Amino acid sequence: MTRVVVTVMPREGVLDPQGQAVQGALGRLGFAGVTDVRLGRRIELELDGPDPLATAQQMCERLLANALIEDFSVALED
Amino acid sequence: MVAVVRFPGTLDHDSAARAVQAAGGTATGAWHQDTELPAGTTAVVIPGGFSYGDHLRPGAIASRSPIMDAIRRHADAGGLVLGICNGFQVLCEAGLLPGVLRTNATTSFVCRQMTLEVIDHDTPFTQGLTDTLSIPIKNHDGAWFGDPTTARIVLGYGHENPLGSVASAAGVANQAGNVLGLMPHPEEAVDPLLGSVDGLGLFRALVRA
Repeated sequence: MTRVVVTVMPREGVLDPQGQAVQGALGRLGFAGVTDVRLGRRIELELDGPDPLATAQQMCERLLANALIEDFSVALED
Repeated sequence: MVAVVRFPGTLDHDSAARAVQAAGGTATGAWHQDTELPAGTTAVVIPGGFSYGDHLRPGAIASRSPIMDAIRRHADAGGLVLGICNGFQVLCEAGLLPGVLRTNATTSFVCRQMTLEVIDHDTPFTQGLTDTLSIPIKNHDGAWFGDPTTARIVLGYGHENPLGSVASAAGVANQAGNVLGLMPHPEEAVDPLLGSVDGLGLFRALVRA
């Protein structure tokens, strides 16, 4: 069994209203100097079988991320 | 006969079926696990709701259901498909319509009556419609994001753009015009009691098909 961590983030240049809302809230709590916040998603996959990274990559392309608005990365977790 | 598609979490199927009847047609149900549309189906509605709880992305999981292959065949053969709200999200995620629906720029649920502009009268849905339609919106993830230079934007919010859509788009069709998705809810504008009957025209188009 291999654990693969998929990270999905809003693409650069795509408006992230949730990140902006969090940024505003942090400012209201008194945290100065927060110049940007972006919200994404972490997906942990437990995979059996060969080549889990390639499999996770295909999963991202077919379901886990929408390439129009999201970038993704896949990584093996130790 | 107009098939009204249901996924787990679909909410507006009864309203959509009533709207089909108000437009003079008959409605029947189609379930997400079906591999074929009901016999005698002439047009398809994918109604609003929160299929699969909007998990991952709105419409993403529903767009990979078995019924979507049947809907794709129906659309490829020129059949009419109308996606409303979550149905619009499903059609975009399925690749039957261009773009994707994102969280509203307000980051909030928006529920209000809107005046829509009919930008493109040359689709089977919008032929003969008036230039403006009073139809409500009710959604949290209704900001259309796509390329306005290549997409066929059929309905717009005009200068108001309450959700933050690219090009103020409210409804988008495929290039052939037989698949239409819109975030506003025409099924909630089919009876004077609801304050508007401007949604009937879209359902009449389905019934004519």
